[in-house]
Amino acid sequence: MNASAIIFYLISACILGAGLLAVTARKIFRAAIWLLFSLVGIAALYFWMQVEFIAAVQIIVYVGGIVVLIIFSIFLTQQSGKEMPRPPARRIVFSVLAALFGIILTGLLVKQYFTDNREHGPFNTSMSEIGTQLLSTTEHGYLLPFEVVSMLLLAAMIGCIVIAMKDKTPVSSTQTDSR
Amino acid sequence: MNAVPLSYILFVSIALFFIGMYGLFTRRNMITMLMSVELMLNSVNINFVAFNKYLYPNKLDGVFFTVFIITIAAAEAAVAIAIIINLYRTHQSIDVEDATDLKF
Repeated sequence: MNASAIIFYLISACILGAGLLAVTARKIFRAAIWLLFSLVGIAALYFWMQVEFIAAVQIIVYVGGIVVLIIFSIFLTQQSGKEMPRPPARRIVFSVLAALFGIILTGLLVKQYFTDNREHGPFNTSMSEIGTQLLSTTEHGYLLPFEVVSMLLLAAMIGCIVIAMKDKTPVSSTQTDSR
Repeated sequence: MNAVPLSYILFVSIALFFIGMYGLFTRRNMITMLMSVELMLNSVNINFVAFNKYLYPNKLDGVFFTVFIITIAAAEAAVAIAIIINLYRTHQSIDVEDATDLKF
């Protein structure tokens, strides 16, 4: 057991502990902060796997974007200091059972079938390599998904604005009154 | 070369996925359910990167899949939060048990 393995175990313990607290914390704002720690831990795991590009994307998009968006929506929709009601005990018991059975089943499958555990060679994720393959139009290029996902982002942006826009016209206010 | 085998990373990812599933089952607040879904998406990303690093180190497909999943997760979170805010305006609540207008 060398230093790399010890760092891996520390990072995994951080990810799983923060994730568990994020789904069980009674105060919603604390849950969001635990989610933040879990996502930072996952970025650290990417750094540990020497995929610095993905780690940077993870920090920028998740930590800088999604968690901030979630915290904004918490402040917009409810009192963040109030405790959420405890879920009924029956639901907790059955959810724990479902999650445990899932972990055991999938873990046994992985233990049985992933015996080829060694690394198959050095992993090259330099920025130039990523950029060339992502934007190439050859057989293994990813230019078409790249363009499609940019169209998806545009559509999502317009959709968000349309959905969350506040109607000020009198016609729509009568519609909401008649509901 | 590091000493940690591939299956250990897969175990972490499995545990994170089912933690997210537990949250999705027990929570009834839409924002916390969204947070659980983000945890599950992240566990899938860990899997993609680990498989790419350990089994096919001469290719980069897992890294690209992870980039696309992160992009789509960001779009999904933005749309979901817009819907949640709109629902809060009409129902004054973001509990899924209260949003029963479409229930038969």
